[in-house]
Amino acid sequence: MSVRPLTPTFTLLAAVLLLLACPAYAGDDWMPPVRDATVQKECGTCHMTFQPGFLPARSWSRMMGSLSDHFGEDVTLMNDKIEIIRAYLTANAGDVVNQGRAAKYMHWVAPGGTPQRITENPDFLRKHRFPESVWKDPKVVTKSNCLACHSSAERGVFK
Amino acid sequence: MIRRLMLAAVVAALPLVVIAADARRDAILADYAAKARAVDPGATAFSAQRGETLFRTKWTGGDPRTASCTACHTADPRAPGQNAKTGRPIEPVAVSVNPKRFTDPATVEKQFTRDCKNVLGRECTPLEKGDYITFMAGQ
Ligand code: HEC
Repeated sequence: MSVRPLTPTFTLLAAVLLLLACPAYAGDDWMPPVRDATVQKECGTCHMTFQPGFLPARSWSRMMGSLSDHFGEDVTLMNDKIEIIRAYLTANAGDVVNQGRAAKYMHWVAPGGTPQRITENPDFLRKHRFPESVWKDPKVVTKSNCLACHSSAERGVFK
Repeated sequence: MIRRLMLAAVVAALPLVVIAADARRDAILADYAAKARAVDPGATAFSAQRGETLFRTKWTGGDPRTASCTACHTADPRAPGQNAKTGRPIEPVAVSVNPKRFTDPATVEKQFTRDCKNVLGRECTPLEKGDYITFMAGQ
């Protein structure tokens, strides 16, 4: 039996099928990453640049209006920066994206609710039932430190 | 040949980049010196030793999780740190290993405001800020 070389069309078809079969890239777990430079700098120097898809627009709006008490810390910014960040986060919020992982998170948000902690969403809790020792690992520090275990989290891949 | 020329150009430009960074840091220091004299006309020159004390002291006025600057920046300024509250890694703060340090006035001022409130429970004075940068510039 002779082996025929793969035609370009076949190779392309195979690549597309493979991509569709791989949920991290094409389906459920994908969370569009932050692409705005201001948001990356101002929201990403102290903690991971969390994707806006994890919270509804009204949550982000509330957060941007309460930076003087941001989880107990005063992280006040100049007003022009605040407005750039608010515009980006609300335009890309979970209830705006409303597909893939974002839709799963939004499923648990009460109508009109303005949750602030991503780590309290039942979809997060469901996937993070670990013994206390895991959370106490010095690399982890806090539940919101996605990058400790998901090294590509900031790029939207939570493997 | 062209590659080699380009390499030579890059190597020749490197010290210029460092000098530009040093100039920006000097400007920030000059600004803090002027502010320190505005508070106290007899203010002394910045001191690396006082900067080190500020860096290492365990304060009691701030967040107990971050009693000193070393809680996040570690006891060795040349080593990478880790944010004690969020776990995010932090690049070394010593200028010798990280020449970009203390070169953007807005970032420096924003971070002093946040970090001093966290650690000391109050703002740092212009003298303390100048001392801190002077210490790190010699590290
Ligand atoms: C809660 C953790 C934390 C503590 C405690 C902390 N810092 Fe920071 N510091 C950071 C982070 C995060 C950055 C920004 C990231 C970076 O510059 O790499 C930073 C950056 C800085 C910068 C800006 C440096 C630059 O190159 O622009 C200064 C100045 C600074 N810190 C001073 C201090 C001083 C002074 C203290 C102690 C009074 C302190 N920090 C304590 C987390 C901390």
